[in-house]
Amino acid sequence: MEAKQYIGEGWKHAILIIGAIVVMLPFYMMVSMSLKSQQEIQSISGGLIGAQETQTFPVCVKTGYSEETCTMKPYQYNYWFAFEKAPIPRYLMNGVIVTLSIFIIQVLVALPCAYALAKLRFYGREFVFSMVLFCLLIPVHGIALPLYVMLAQAGLVDTYSALILPWTISVFGIFLMRQFFMTVPDELIDAARMDGMGEYAIVWKVMLPTAIPALLAFAIFSVVAHWNDYFWPRMVITGNRDLFTPPLGIREFRGGIDSDEFGPMMASIVTVTVPLIVAFIIAQKRFIEGITLTGMK
Amino acid sequence: MGTISLKNISKSFGSTQVLNNLNVDINDGEFLTLVGPSGCGKSTLLRIIAGLEQQTSGDVLIDNKNVNRVRASERDLAMVFQSYALYPHLTVRRNLETPLRLRDYNAFERLPLIGNFSPSKKEKTESINQLVNKTSETLKISELLDRKPGQLSGGQRQRVALGRAMVREPVAFLMDEPLSNLDAALRVHMRSELSELHNSLKTTFVYVTHDQAEALTMSSRMAVMIDGNLLQLDTPQEVYDNPSSLSVAQFVGSPKINIFKGTSDSSGTVSFLNVNLKRKSSESNTDLHIGIRPEHLEITNESNENTFSGTVAYRENLGSDIFFHVNIEDGSNKIIVRGLPQLTHQISNGSSVNIKRVSDKALLFNQAGMRVQFTNA
Repeated sequence: MEAKQYIGEGWKHAILIIGAIVVMLPFYMMVSMSLKSQQEIQSISGGLIGAQETQTFPVCVKTGYSEETCTMKPYQYNYWFAFEKAPIPRYLMNGVIVTLSIFIIQVLVALPCAYALAKLRFYGREFVFSMVLFCLLIPVHGIALPLYVMLAQAGLVDTYSALILPWTISVFGIFLMRQFFMTVPDELIDAARMDGMGEYAIVWKVMLPTAIPALLAFAIFSVVAHWNDYFWPRMVITGNRDLFTPPLGIREFRGGIDSDEFGPMMASIVTVTVPLIVAFIIAQKRFIEGITLTGMK
Repeated sequence: MGTISLKNISKSFGSTQVLNNLNVDINDGEFLTLVGPSGCGKSTLLRIIAGLEQQTSGDVLIDNKNVNRVRASERDLAMVFQSYALYPHLTVRRNLETPLRLRDYNAFERLPLIGNFSPSKKEKTESINQLVNKTSETLKISELLDRKPGQLSGGQRQRVALGRAMVREPVAFLMDEPLSNLDAALRVHMRSELSELHNSLKTTFVYVTHDQAEALTMSSRMAVMIDGNLLQLDTPQEVYDNPSSLSVAQFVGSPKINIFKGTSDSSGTVSFLNVNLKRKSSESNTDLHIGIRPEHLEITNESNENTFSGTVAYRENLGSDIFFHVNIEDGSNKIIVRGLPQLTHQISNGSSVNIKRVSDKALLFNQAGMRVQFTNA
């Protein structure tokens, strides 16, 4: 490679690195603050992990723990106190239950719908598909109130159902999978029919395995959106702390008598974010491997 | 047994008529080729036989049973597709097993895990394994069984697709242009393999192709279809020697048959250019199309009332034969003449040549394109 090319590549990398820093900085702050003591956070000192001096934490004592229990290193305190103050494992489990239920039901609904819209000929198919596209345009917040009223009438407020039911039919999922199924050759479906598969068997045994990459993409959208959703759980979970999802849980650390305890707050946020990042990294690998349709042509 | 009868089959998509009242009887153990240019409806016809498409009117009979209302999977036919249509996520072994599993296991036995508790499943699995092994040995794909279709070459995929059709031992095989995705050399090789396979299986084959060479080389009978009509159904030799119409004559044979404008006089004697065929047509006093295949024309040194002359526009050397594309002197026609290399190697582009016909080989067609016979008077 010539020097000129090096410079060209260098520019590209410089711009990309700046972009990466802008994106990563909040995460750096989050991790750093979850490790440092309150004083270090407020005086913006101590670098990434702070001095980590063993100390007694006043808020902890005020909450009613003995002074002995409250004496430890800042990073220990932040994570320990986060878990003491709020039932974070319970919130995480709620998050898992809700996001997984939503995703599984979305797939159960979207795959047969997408298959019918992409591969079956029936009267009114184009109309149905245009309705799917139309539904893509409806903002969630626009229909939140009617949805809430309906759930309240059905007596479902403050239940898992309230968190899950409104999201089980994903028009985006139907649209995405339909677009993918359009690329699956008709001959593959005909071959399955000749082999004796019914239409449902074709959806689950032929279309689903070939659609894994598209499904993973959809999974990332769906899981991230509902794991991070604050708006909807805030509406339908009014009192029962046992049903709090992770974003609602973080709210526990907001203001109050013992306000501005940033350390434990950031520790709880790290705990809530890590599962998503891990899941994404795992999925990303599968993303790239993906089952391709190269066997077809 | 594997007879298939199509009675008055018509098919239209909306207002477009794709198939026009077709009648075909396919005998047991026959290799029948449906051949025609693309868009002639031959694939649609095959899909109607398979049950993947419903005919607009008419009946499909398999072994003399009407199967109009029988689902594709219950017709006991197997199909090989142009793109092979192997399940991309399954190994070759599983691809071969799939049709058998669906046929032999009941709904309970197909369930994951708990299906294994069925007492009869073990026995069935055993027989499926045997069938898969037997088929893969016949097709020489035993060493590929653990690979996925994506890791196979085109020819190997072709074999696996054949294998998936064969394991079920169906009453008939339906093939939709199975060789058209292969390269030229492999295609020629697979032709002979398919013929051998047909000879050893003795099952009915219905084979769709747009390639008249495949139809001529492999089939016991070929059905020429053009624009949704069945024009001729006969042995390849008969279709080649005795085409029923001008379209069939032009479609079958490579290079294409030469068509001359000719006339018959009041006595019915046929002539074209300056050549008199000295034979009489059953239709007198009319314009005719005279078809002469390239191998029935010869380049000659003679110049008499039986020859005509032209200029070589292009010389196509195939090694065993040389085809000369010749512009006829009056400018009316461009024709193709076959020459033997040893006799014609000195003729180059631009030379002017005399052409003689081999007698008794001309084919007559009337203005409507239908075949006209010579009267032997």
